[in-house]
Amino acid sequence: MTALIRNRRTGKIRVRKTQSSNLYMRGVLLVLAAITVYTLVTIDTKGADIAAASAKTAEYFWLMLTQPKAVPSHFGIQDGGGIGTFFSALHMLGITLALAFLTTLFGGIVALFLGVFAAGNLTNKKVSNGIKSFLAVVRAVPTVLWVLIFAIGAGLGSVAAVIGMSFHTISHLVKAYSESFEEIDEGVIEALRASGANWFQIVFQAVIPSSVSYILSWTFIRFEINFAVAVAMGAAAGAGGIGFQLFMAAGYFFDIREIGFITYLILAVSLIMEYLATRLKEKYHIHNGA
Amino acid sequence: MNSLLTNSEGAGTYLKSKRIRLFLFFVGLFAAAALSMAATNYHIEDSFTAIPKVIVWMARNLVPDGKSLTRLPKILDKLFETVLMSVAASVSAAALSFPVALAGSATSCKQRWLMYSARGVASFFRNIPIVAWAMIFLLTFGQSPFTGYVALFFASFGFLARAFIEAIDETAAAPVEALRAAGGSYGHIIFQGVLPSVLPQMVSWVLYMIETNIRSAALVGLLTGSGIGFTFSIYYKSLQYQSASLVVITIVAVVLVIEAVSNKLRRLIL
Amino acid sequence: MALLEVTSLTKYYGDTAALRDISFEVKKGEFVAVIGPSGSGKTTLIRCINRLIPASDGKIIFDKENILNLRGNALRKARAKIGMIFQHYNLVERLSVIENVLHGRLGYKSSLEGMFGVYSEEEKEKAFNIITLLGLDDYVYRRCDQLSGGQMQRVGIARALVQDPRMILCDEPISSLDPSSSKVIMDYLKKIQKEFGITVVVNLHQVDVAKKYAQRILGFNGGSLVFDDEPGELSKKQIYKIYGTEAGELIID
Repeated sequence: MTALIRNRRTGKIRVRKTQSSNLYMRGVLLVLAAITVYTLVTIDTKGADIAAASAKTAEYFWLMLTQPKAVPSHFGIQDGGGIGTFFSALHMLGITLALAFLTTLFGGIVALFLGVFAAGNLTNKKVSNGIKSFLAVVRAVPTVLWVLIFAIGAGLGSVAAVIGMSFHTISHLVKAYSESFEEIDEGVIEALRASGANWFQIVFQAVIPSSVSYILSWTFIRFEINFAVAVAMGAAAGAGGIGFQLFMAAGYFFDIREIGFITYLILAVSLIMEYLATRLKEKYHIHNGA
Repeated sequence: MNSLLTNSEGAGTYLKSKRIRLFLFFVGLFAAAALSMAATNYHIEDSFTAIPKVIVWMARNLVPDGKSLTRLPKILDKLFETVLMSVAASVSAAALSFPVALAGSATSCKQRWLMYSARGVASFFRNIPIVAWAMIFLLTFGQSPFTGYVALFFASFGFLARAFIEAIDETAAAPVEALRAAGGSYGHIIFQGVLPSVLPQMVSWVLYMIETNIRSAALVGLLTGSGIGFTFSIYYKSLQYQSASLVVITIVAVVLVIEAVSNKLRRLIL
Repeated sequence: MALLEVTSLTKYYGDTAALRDISFEVKKGEFVAVIGPSGSGKTTLIRCINRLIPASDGKIIFDKENILNLRGNALRKARAKIGMIFQHYNLVERLSVIENVLHGRLGYKSSLEGMFGVYSEEEKEKAFNIITLLGLDDYVYRRCDQLSGGQMQRVGIARALVQDPRMILCDEPISSLDPSSSKVIMDYLKKIQKEFGITVVVNLHQVDVAKKYAQRILGFNGGSLVFDDEPGELSKKQIYKIYGTEAGELIID
């Protein structure tokens, strides 16, 4: 029988016995909090008046939300505007969606191929680990830098944007695909092998068909992410589309109400996609855990 | 015999309809791809020529040289600033996200209107493009590291709130029910039921957010002129690719180290 | 004397009735089993009694108070007098056994004390004695996620007992356990009822277990109470009435 542990000084019964996991947890929280406080105290504001700037931000934010309005000439519409401006904005939204789509499609194809070789149950450990660590390095480079690196070779534009955005897409999807391949019952693969099927037949007749709904769900989830990435690349890497328009509205025209208009358009698309992605996640019990 | 025949016929039509669906799926995919390429002026042959060209170019030019190495201390300084900014943005956003997540989880919030509005706020902030945050703060706060921090803070807030809501719904529902049944007050339920159940998952999400924010800091830095993104863009725009590549290499090193440390910590705190 | 008096209890989920006009009494110190097929309203009934689920209509008099009229602190006080045991144990698995057991005292605590887990020495000793009673004294400081299912359920019982309850509600306490652990848990529940005079109301899937342990059985079908009598009166015909003919035949086998 274990005795109760008492505090040596007060003689009180201890309820919490210090466990290593709790200690580590406390340590992590303490270190993170200390770094945060240190950073916030020492951060360089370049002399900005925080209170005044915050008030200004709130004012701008309110203006964005309550009075969104586009200037027709910014959208290449000369006379009138109105509906024409709206369609021009939709066209730019379409370009961003198209960039996201092409990235997801090309990235998905490459990832499907690599995913088979990254799945531990389909290839040997060496190949699988090799692919995984290579992709970890690929993932460590921010997408915007990939796009800019490719822009040197291919010029700024859709080709550099799509190739640059594909890297993180591939890395993400290879992980998702290979994990769903790894979940396939070992017995199924064994049974096929026993009946004389070769490796290609196993992959194309059993492995991919039985995880097709996962593959499609994950691909859509990545499409949702890629839309947001494509907006950012339009702004930061000149990839065009609605993101570039957002960058122009803020960086050149200084038009807060137009930022509001564009933000609403982007929000509408991403909220619809978020809803669909959530439905898919619920249906297939997908957790994008950290 | 008869039934066998109909069965195989059934299987035949099933296979046929499946094949037709597959065919239509690929036709749709192809059409969407063609449309997307036309809309974005994408020439597929360019991508095939660009990739080898860029790889050769990378091997030749993206190699740090002696001059770039003298800049290493300066680069590391900026990188350190970026890491601090990412940690601070992730942690402070988490502190704000937790109460919002408590209101937004069906487990810890019984007022439906409050739950839906908290979820709406989380979703709204999550989907506002990070570019919009960065550009607005650039207009109001000017070009400074603080601007980068604020942009990362708002982008992280929505994401973490959503993640925390899911974590609470998943892991805390059972203990919350038990503490309610035992007569616990709302404070008891949160501090004795929800918090101990979800803390490890929340810390895990914050670690993930720190990794993500270091990468996002490059983007935000490019737009707002702060941190490592700004350093990269200065070298990039002045065609000093050797130094730019050193920036990329240091980012990769830092991200890999942080990823490894986070994975280790995740195992320790679970 | 009736400790629990349920009158015309009704519960609707949207348009579907989960409980239709349920009335019954439970005497002080009685061991009552509630049986019926899945979806017959057993779980809803148990959860309506301590207001985890709000009832649509009716009266639930527990210890001379109508539970359905209570709010805030009064409701917390009433809940503190009713222990509850769950199918999936519902423990905070990362906390130790004694921390989970002490959660049973929260109904008696002020908000601040409870939030930071400040318990008196008497409470801690009481918790330890109950843990010992349930044969878990070797695990006092063990994290609950390192225990077996049967052990976790015993922690659940200890948490209910530390409340000093007048009554314990059990929602399918043995459905997730193997037969030998199930027997241990049912024996503990019986012991609690016999030795401490605590009323036990238990939802069960297994008719034979209900017959063996209960002094009275309530049979539910489609949200209605179709049987309320001693186990000896539970004839073949009655079982058919509760479970339907087809399932009933399998049960009697």
